[in-house]
Amino acid sequence: MATSSPQTGGASAWDRLSGLLGRGPGGYAFLSLYLLITSLMLLLNPRTSLLTDIVFILFLLLMLIVYRTRVHVGFKVALGVIALGVVMPYFGTLNPYYIDVATQAGIYVALALGLNVVVGFAGLLDLGYVAFYAVGAYIWSIFSTPQIGAMISGAVPVPNMWFYGFILVGLMIGGAFGVLLGLPVLRLRGDYLAIVTLGFGEVIRVLAENLDKPLNITNGAQGIKDIARPPLFFSGALTAIGLKLDDNQLYQFFFYFLVLVIVLITVMIVGRLKNSRIGRAWTAIREDETAAIAQGIPLVRMKLMAFGVGASFAGTMGVVFAAKQLFINPPTFDLLTSISILSMVILGGLGNIPGVILGAVLVTLLNLNILPRIAEILRSAKSAGVPIPQSFDPTQYQRLLFGLLLILMMIFRPEGILPEDRRRQELHEDEDEPREEPA
Amino acid sequence: MALLEATNITKIFGGLTAVNDVTLTIEQGSIVSVIGPNGAGKTTFFNILTGIYKPDKGDVIFDGKPIGGLRPDQIAALGMRRTFQNIRLFHNMTVLENVLVGMHTHLHAPIWNIILRSPSLRREEGKARDRSRELLRFVSLDNKRDELAKNLPYGDQRRLEIARALAGNPKLILLDEPTAGMNPNETLDATNLIRRLRDQLGVTVVLIEHDMRLVMAISERISVLDYGTKIAEGDGQVIRSNPRVIEAYLGKGAAGMAAHPPA
Repeated sequence: MATSSPQTGGASAWDRLSGLLGRGPGGYAFLSLYLLITSLMLLLNPRTSLLTDIVFILFLLLMLIVYRTRVHVGFKVALGVIALGVVMPYFGTLNPYYIDVATQAGIYVALALGLNVVVGFAGLLDLGYVAFYAVGAYIWSIFSTPQIGAMISGAVPVPNMWFYGFILVGLMIGGAFGVLLGLPVLRLRGDYLAIVTLGFGEVIRVLAENLDKPLNITNGAQGIKDIARPPLFFSGALTAIGLKLDDNQLYQFFFYFLVLVIVLITVMIVGRLKNSRIGRAWTAIREDETAAIAQGIPLVRMKLMAFGVGASFAGTMGVVFAAKQLFINPPTFDLLTSISILSMVILGGLGNIPGVILGAVLVTLLNLNILPRIAEILRSAKSAGVPIPQSFDPTQYQRLLFGLLLILMMIFRPEGILPEDRRRQELHEDEDEPREEPA
Repeated sequence: MALLEATNITKIFGGLTAVNDVTLTIEQGSIVSVIGPNGAGKTTFFNILTGIYKPDKGDVIFDGKPIGGLRPDQIAALGMRRTFQNIRLFHNMTVLENVLVGMHTHLHAPIWNIILRSPSLRREEGKARDRSRELLRFVSLDNKRDELAKNLPYGDQRRLEIARALAGNPKLILLDEPTAGMNPNETLDATNLIRRLRDQLGVTVVLIEHDMRLVMAISERISVLDYGTKIAEGDGQVIRSNPRVIEAYLGKGAAGMAAHPPA
């Protein structure tokens, strides 16, 4: 894998900007104003449109700016809580579409962070990462629906309260599958490793597609529907304080906050691992395997650990995803999803946690909002008489646009938007900056 | 007391006998050099000692334990560390992190302590950082601890590699051409550093070296390899006057001019 090259001119421009706005009263005023303006723009005009999409991205970018500026930690946390805990849900009541997008983005953030452990930290190219996501999703789908009865005759679905327990089950099973994948590929590096992981991802998908006979485990290509959602234990409390929301809205908020919490925990875990003996061992393996072994680092154990840790996040998110979507089928977990997650990691900045988060959010929003919206605008322009050839259907060209973006990015900034920069590691320095991030 | 005993080591690559029946004993607290022309099998011999290659024949006993079947990381954990002929630092890690990686075998915080950032983890990390900086001061690199390893000048990279090896608290350190590519001044500094490894830290040192001035100056014992075979062993005086050594370095006929030994 290409490692990040030294900082380029963009970084110094950033330094100048953050020097101006990043500290002191200027910083506080700038951040507050930024939050206020973007929030107001969202709340006053919540209609789904390209403009709203862009404001929405700017709104989420605040998290990154907050992370990078030097203001008091309490202030950072307060801004994060206001933006993601208050403004976002309120905006969601005005336009439920966007809170769903935010939830989706959050899921991808956790997936990208998990993949980043394997690819970014340990340098093991994994093209089958979606398999672990599928495993988590199928676990909850099978156990929470009558599908379990099709598998084991007489078995009944587990109570939907068990969802919370299954988040942990997803974590563990995901991790176990990660180790399982790791075992046969330990001797492989680079291209060879990528091919085997790609195969593994496909194996899981094909299994999901075909395991409806002889024993019906996954219900095959039809997928599993009516997946259980956890009970809303807090709906009574919300009604009591005067918030009247229907069940669908409640679930949207529930999953938004659940994903937000999981993402925060993920960021915390990944960040701490990175700056520990384990993270350093991973980086050492990525940099030079032979030298790493010579330092007494057990290659096998550390690589398996990277696969396991990375996969466990996907397993967890799989459970949440299944409950949120209510329906899953094998094509949800195809190779393109793996590639998508990988492109988030690489676009954002391989190995760098804020970068990966940014990459995940941007790619998700591009795919869900921006590109379809641009296609829509082009199409309406076409019907309004702008001379676009009749055979050109903009919606067909969304992926092309995405591909072009990737190519341009790799030409002009191959190290990603926010490349890994090693911050000064002072003795006893506490790295406990709040790791708020867009979700 | 012998810290390392390698007996009758043979390693064959295809048709080439890279190391042929070499026996080497290294006493605790000594500085020993392994010399020989290019391709004599010195580095291969190092790779066998550190477990990167498995010998086809022969045993290695380190610190009283047979280490023949062990993996390189297990051998490193027992207290045998090395540097590489072509420096192998972790280029995109900082100087301090490189040393911290070297300390891996001495850090044991379990993963949940890392995730929870428990007090015992903070203590361990703090101690590791203190110790790393101590070692960086020892090789006079502490002021560069936050730089990326790849940005260090050549001589500093060599010293950092030694500091990283020291981080494992080794009993034995193997230095593969520690002064390759250095100018005379840098070589002099390196010579002093190698002495200090033994005198101040009590580490036994084995080095592969081509710089005969350095070899003669600091080695208590010298072993000469040629075509995979040990052709001579002894102190500087013995080696200097050994006709086979002169022949190996300068070719047949040169042995007659033993009055002017290779330098």
